Amino acid sequence: MLRLVATGPGPDAAIRLEGVSLRRGGRMVLDGLHLAIPATGITAIMGPNGAGKSLSLRVMAGLIEPDSGSVLPSEAVRGRQEIALVFQKPVLLRRSVRANLRHALAVYGVPRRKRRERLGELLDFGRLAAIADAPARALSGGEQQRVAMVRALAACPKLLLLDEPTASLDPQATAAIETLILNTAASGTAVVIVTHDQGQAGRLADHIRFVHKGALTEAAPAAQFLLAQKSPEAQAYLAGKLLL
Amino acid sequence: MQGFGDAFGAAFALIARFDTDLVEIVGLSLRVTLSATLFACLIGFPLGALLAVGRFPLRGALTVLVNALMGLPPVVVGLVVYLMLSRAGPLGTLGLLYTPTAMIVAQTILVTPIIAALTRQIVADLDAEYHETLRSMGAGAGMRMRTLLWDGRFALTTAALAGMGRALAEVGAVMIVGGNIDHVTRVMTTAIALETSRGELALALGLGIVLMILSLALNSLAMGARVGAARMAHA
Repeated sequence: MLRLVATGPGPDAAIRLEGVSLRRGGRMVLDGLHLAIPATGITAIMGPNGAGKSLSLRVMAGLIEPDSGSVLPSEAVRGRQEIALVFQKPVLLRRSVRANLRHALAVYGVPRRKRRERLGELLDFGRLAAIADAPARALSGGEQQRVAMVRALAACPKLLLLDEPTASLDPQATAAIETLILNTAASGTAVVIVTHDQGQAGRLADHIRFVHKGALTEAAPAAQFLLAQKSPEAQAYLAGKLLL
Repeated sequence: MQGFGDAFGAAFALIARFDTDLVEIVGLSLRVTLSATLFACLIGFPLGALLAVGRFPLRGALTVLVNALMGLPPVVVGLVVYLMLSRAGPLGTLGLLYTPTAMIVAQTILVTPIIAALTRQIVADLDAEYHETLRSMGAGAGMRMRTLLWDGRFALTTAALAGMGRALAEVGAVMIVGGNIDHVTRVMTTAIALETSRGELALALGLGIVLMILSLALNSLAMGARVGAARMAHA
């Protein structure tokens, strides 16, 4: 298997993982992973199940300390709140949508006098005003994911990490989430999305990183990658073959 | 000694006409119990949340201690509080012995471990669900505790009601530190014990019936809180 070491544009990376390794349950789940995330646009991380995509997001978010290797955020994303992570199955608080967002603003240290205005902006941005007072956990999966994304944006992060945000959502909900992702990227936030969906990668991504067995096997602009993959693993994956 | 039927009849008559002695005793019981429960909640909720969320030395030992204190014998608590508040005791100058305040102190000591231990379990269960999300948001320990306590508020109501039930039914500690003084520190449980020993079953039964009704009401509230919590878990 080809393993890439130099990845993407060095100086323009929002965050870089250099030789990150992580062992879980006696298995190497990240194996010297080198990964650079561009500071602008949308980067899709693709790869088969168990490749280490979600783990690499958690490492970038600082939730998991790797056994070895370095996590190197750029100056812009060095603060704790500059990186936000949205999980595949978001956990919303047992409160209304509005109260969830208000709680996030409090956690992120937004001054009280600014919270009301910021809350309005967030509700508008996520098109959540109509369901602002609904119990968050009673919403549909797509709506909950939208709330989780907007909650993450309450911190005004420079880097937004999304772990399969549209997995098991219907097309309408997926479209709403994708619109939100595009709007977020357009506002200047670098977005990383883990996805299995080639179509979604084509619709959203500017850059693609292909990960297999805990290591990077291909990094390329999205259009180029989706047209012709260089690594046999990526070719097999996109051809719908099982990668063992 | 009255017959059983006569005693019941007299007891219901006392309740029906809101007998002043009975109302006074019930009122003091509720005052002492509610105050003790309030103070126990103020201590027990944050203590339980700290034990659930905090990472500090001796946390495990403290958790075991709080759990063990749930079974604290009331008479032992009464004795300790008595020694503290008696004239020769370190807090004797406060003159609190044989006052409702002393009874509130004793019941607070009894109820706090119950509320703290139940809170710890409730918050720990909730933390298992919220942990990664709150960590990813960068929430500190204080914010996590506040968040978990608020989101666990319906389940915590059950903890508070469990503590209140214990306080309401308690007799040993309040007897020792309150002295069961008529019109001063006589509460339902101590009055029942006294009136029964004197053969005055009407008042004892009347108070017993009220005590049962209050206990039933508390359990109904607890069940309602549980149902509410289950609904909110989805909401």
